[in-house]
Amino acid sequence: MSLSIADGDLRPGFADPVLDGQRSFRAVLQAMSRPATVVPLAPFGDSPAGIRAAAAATVLTLVDFDTALWLDDAAAPAAAYFRFHCGCTIVAVPEQADFALIADPATMPPLAAFKDGDDDFPDRSATLILQVEAFADIGARYSGPGIEGTLAFSARPLPGDFVTQWRGNTALYPRGVDLILAGETALAALPRSSRMEG
Amino acid sequence: MANPANTASDATSQPARRHWLSVLAKAPAAALEEAWQALDDKPDYSPLRPAQTGLVMVRGRMGGSGDAFNLGEMTVSRCSVRTADGRIGHGYAAGRDKRHAELVALFDAVLQQPEAASRLHSGLIEPLAAEQRRRHGEKARESAATKVEFFTMVRGED
Repeated sequence: MSLSIADGDLRPGFADPVLDGQRSFRAVLQAMSRPATVVPLAPFGDSPAGIRAAAAATVLTLVDFDTALWLDDAAAPAAAYFRFHCGCTIVAVPEQADFALIADPATMPPLAAFKDGDDDFPDRSATLILQVEAFADIGARYSGPGIEGTLAFSARPLPGDFVTQWRGNTALYPRGVDLILAGETALAALPRSSRMEG
Repeated sequence: MANPANTASDATSQPARRHWLSVLAKAPAAALEEAWQALDDKPDYSPLRPAQTGLVMVRGRMGGSGDAFNLGEMTVSRCSVRTADGRIGHGYAAGRDKRHAELVALFDAVLQQPEAASRLHSGLIEPLAAEQRRRHGEKARESAATKVEFFTMVRGED
């Protein structure tokens, strides 16, 4: 183990690592099992500059020393924070990431740039955490496990060609990436099983 | 674990920091507590990672050329603090004494401050290091006295 001498702007993570971790994990679980539904998550305190609280909490909850994290340019200043609190490896290219935190989804690399697992091990795919500003229950309709009938859902910002990209992702099933969309006080998920209707 | 960019203040050299962290980790917690209470200019601080206790795998090496192997796990407490002036201190100490780890982290933060460091070096670190050296020497002498020499008799087969 190396003693890291991290940068001076390092902020505290979860005040209570166990309880806050469980609370966030419950919210992520709820969001994943009810896709396209917004789940509230109270802020845990001091998230790194430029990263919204629920997005930071999701990373703190899911990422550890076993997983590789990729950060987009907008999230890159928080690298020291996540390396310190999660003990994770920060990778330079999306293809190597188990998790990715994307602070500016409008300019993100295509979903196809991330690991989509293989047919024998579809779980070896990446989970992308997209930081968003707002959710809405209008726009594209989704259906699939965890959704009764169909549900209208959208978030912004998203990549301009998100509709095409998401159709491409669900067509890969059982391979494909899973998305967690997280803002300041809420999050929602779009697992690869949630198909876009129409 | 990857080592992040080293951005500690320039006044703090790695070997010096390693030395005081080693001395502090091995020092009795009561001595550190006493020294901390006696400190005039205690900085305000907030926990960066509250003290926690866990297990670390201690690895060994069999002989000079052997591969590393897992010797066993030991209990370690660690803590990281940030002082009001933005210095970050890390503390690791064997055992479950969380306050010990916190005190190591606090002293680590204070020792990065050049003015405070020179005072603390002569007043705390060096005396503790001397005491640890003395005890280590004593132990070494005690065990040296019980040393048994093994040798093989020449069997005169020439």
